[in-house]
Amino acid sequence: MLEVKNLCVKAAGQEILRGVNLSVKAGEVHSIMGPNGSGKSTLAQVLAGRDSYEITAGEVTFQGQDLLELAPEDRARQGVFLAFQYPVEIPGVSNTYFLRASLNAIRKARGEEEISAMDFLGLVREKMALLKMDESLISRPVNEGFSGGEKKRNEVFQMAVLEPCLAIMDETDSGLDIDALKIVAEGVNRLRDENRAFIVVTHYQRLLDHIVPDYVHVLSAGRIIRTGDSSLARELEEKGYSWLTEGNSEVVTSGEAV
Amino acid sequence: MSAPMATDYAAAFARLARPQEPQWLQAIRESAMERFLELGFPTLRQEEWKYTKVEFARKKTFEAASSSSNGLTADQLAQLTFGNLECARLVFVNGHYSRELSSLRELSSRIRVQSLAEALQENPERLKPHLARYAGYQDHAFVALNTAFLQDGAFVHVPEGKRIQQPIHLLFVSTAPGEATASHPRNLIVVDDNSQATILESYVGLGPGSYFTNLVTEIEVGENANLDHYKLKLEDEEAFHIATLQIHQGRSSKVRTFDVTLGGGLTRNEVNGVLDGEGAECALDGLYLASGGQHVDNHTRLEHAKPHCDSREVYKGILDGRATGVFHGRIVVQPAAQKTDSKQTNNNLLLSDDAVINTKPQLEIYADDVKCTHGATVGQLDEDALFYLRSRGIGATTARSLLIYAFATQVTEGIRVEAARAAVSEHLFSWLPQGQLIKEAV
Repeated sequence: MLEVKNLCVKAAGQEILRGVNLSVKAGEVHSIMGPNGSGKSTLAQVLAGRDSYEITAGEVTFQGQDLLELAPEDRARQGVFLAFQYPVEIPGVSNTYFLRASLNAIRKARGEEEISAMDFLGLVREKMALLKMDESLISRPVNEGFSGGEKKRNEVFQMAVLEPCLAIMDETDSGLDIDALKIVAEGVNRLRDENRAFIVVTHYQRLLDHIVPDYVHVLSAGRIIRTGDSSLARELEEKGYSWLTEGNSEVVTSGEAV
Repeated sequence: MSAPMATDYAAAFARLARPQEPQWLQAIRESAMERFLELGFPTLRQEEWKYTKVEFARKKTFEAASSSSNGLTADQLAQLTFGNLECARLVFVNGHYSRELSSLRELSSRIRVQSLAEALQENPERLKPHLARYAGYQDHAFVALNTAFLQDGAFVHVPEGKRIQQPIHLLFVSTAPGEATASHPRNLIVVDDNSQATILESYVGLGPGSYFTNLVTEIEVGENANLDHYKLKLEDEEAFHIATLQIHQGRSSKVRTFDVTLGGGLTRNEVNGVLDGEGAECALDGLYLASGGQHVDNHTRLEHAKPHCDSREVYKGILDGRATGVFHGRIVVQPAAQKTDSKQTNNNLLLSDDAVINTKPQLEIYADDVKCTHGATVGQLDEDALFYLRSRGIGATTARSLLIYAFATQVTEGIRVEAARAAVSEHLFSWLPQGQLIKEAV
C-alpha cells in the first residue's frame, strides 16, 4: 500500500528526516516510536501533504502512485487520513458541515453519490456512540472549546466516519486518560481489517497494549534505527531509547523482519 | 481659509431653497456653513484623517442630486428590500424621499415615520429639541456640510412605552446618473423612554456612478429604551460614502449598532456614542469587506459619561486586492464614569500581499475604577486550519473560502434581523470564490 524510500526532509533549513524507509501493506499496523525530536510528527505530516517541509530526496508511493505529487486534499480523497497531534480549532465552521463536506469530497472522488442528510445523521450517531462522544459536539464549531481528550476523540471519530485506507495517527494517545485511551483504541481496533493499514506514531508504549501493532519501528535522528514486533515496544518501555541510540547509527532489524 | 474647492459650496448655500424655514433652523444652517468654510475639508495632516484622503471632495465638482426617482420601479425595489420584508419602509432616491416607493402600512398609530422634509414642513417644533443637537459640526467639516445643506432624510419617533417588533427600513438608493452628484441625507431617530425599536438603514448604488453621499444620522435613546440599529452599505465601486452616526443614550438604555460595508469606492464611517445615563449598555459591531482599490475607514468613538455603563465592540475586516482599510476605535471614560466595563476588539484578515489595514484602538481613561480592554489583530488565513481542512479532502479554494466565511460569520451571527443577516451572507457567497458551494453546505 505504502512504500517510503530514502525519504529526506528539511524544515527551516534543518534536516529532520535523513533517509526513512518504510513498507506498509494492507491490513498491517505499524507503530513508529522514538524520542522527542526524532522526526515522528514530521513523517506523519509529510505523508499527509503538509507543504511547510522541503523534501530533498526519496520517494513515496501510495497504491502505486507518487504520493508526494498529490495535494493534501487529493491524498485524503485517495484514502489517506491523518489524526492530528494538535487538532486545529476552526471557529465558525460546524463539525457537521465540516465532516459532511469532507465525506462528500471523498465519496465524489470515489465516484459515489453524495450522502443524504438522513444517512449522514445516522452514520454520525453510530460513530459518536462508538467513541462515546457527547452528541452536542457535532453541532459545535470544529474543535472549538473542546478539551484535549475531546479533540483527540474527535479525530478518531472523523476517521471512523471517513473510513480511510491508510490512517496515520500522530500521538493520538498523548494527553488521554486511561478510560479515553481505551475508548480511542477500541475505535481504532473496530476499524482494523485486511484492506486498511495504520501507522501509529506514539511516544509511549501504553497505547500499544490496546492497539497491538504488527511492527514497531524506532525512529531516531531522522532514521529508522530498529524494527521489531510488538515486544520491541515493551523493551523500549523498560530500557528507554538510549540503549538503541548510543553509539549506534546502524539500522538494526530484529524479530519478524519487514 | 483653506484652498478653493471645485464645488462652490458658498454659492450653492446662497441658492438653497428654504421655504418658511423656522428661525432656529436657519441659524443652525448658517452657523454650520460658516464653520464648514472655516474648517475646509480635512487633510492627511489631521490625526483623525491620517489614512483617508478626501481629495475627491475638494477637487471634484458635484451637482446637487435631482429629486426625480429616475424611473425606479417597484420590481427593482423588490431586490433591495430583503425579499420584500414586511415592515414600514421609507425610500429615498438620490437623497430625496419617494412617497410612491415607500410603504408605511405596517405601522401602528402614534409611531411617527416620515421624511424629514415633510416633518419640517408639518411641525418643525417637534424636531427642534433634537435636530443638530447630538452630531457636533464644530470639529467636523462633513457634518457641518451636511448640517448646512440638510433637506431630507428620515424622521422616526417612537413614543414612550411603544415596542415595535418589525424593523423600520430606511432605504437610500442612488440611481447613478451620468454626472457626479452629491446628497446630504439627514436622519433623526428618537426613541423615547421605555420603548423599543429596530432600525435598518441600507444604502445601495444601482449601476456605476461616482456619486457622493454625505450622511448624518442622529439617534436619541431615552431611559430604559432599547434600540437595534443596522446599517448596510452596498454602494457602487466608484461611489464616495461619508457618514456619521451619532448616538445619545439615557439611563439604563440598551443600544446595539451593526455596521456592514460591502461596497463603495471610498467609505468613511463614523459611529459615535455617548453613554449619558447610569447603567446604559452599548454594543457596536461591524464588518467590512473590500477588494480591488476600495478604501474603508471605520472610526468609532464611545464616551462613557456616567457610572456603571457597559460597552462592547467587535469590528472585523476582510481585505483583498489593493484594498486599504482603517479602524480607529476610541473609548473615552470620563472622570464620573466609575465602574465602566468596556471591551473593544478589531480583527483583520488580509487576503493579499497588497491589501493594507491601519488599526488603532485607543483608550482614554480619566476614572480610576474601571475595566477596559482593547485589542487588534491583523493576519492571514491560518495555515494550520487550511491544512487541516485540506487533509480531510476539502479543496484548497473551498477551504480558503470556508475560513473567510467563518471569520465573517463570527460577527454577522449577531444580526438579529434574519432577512438582513441572509442578505449579508448572500453577498459573502457572491464575493467568495466557490461561494455557492459554501452556501449549499452551511
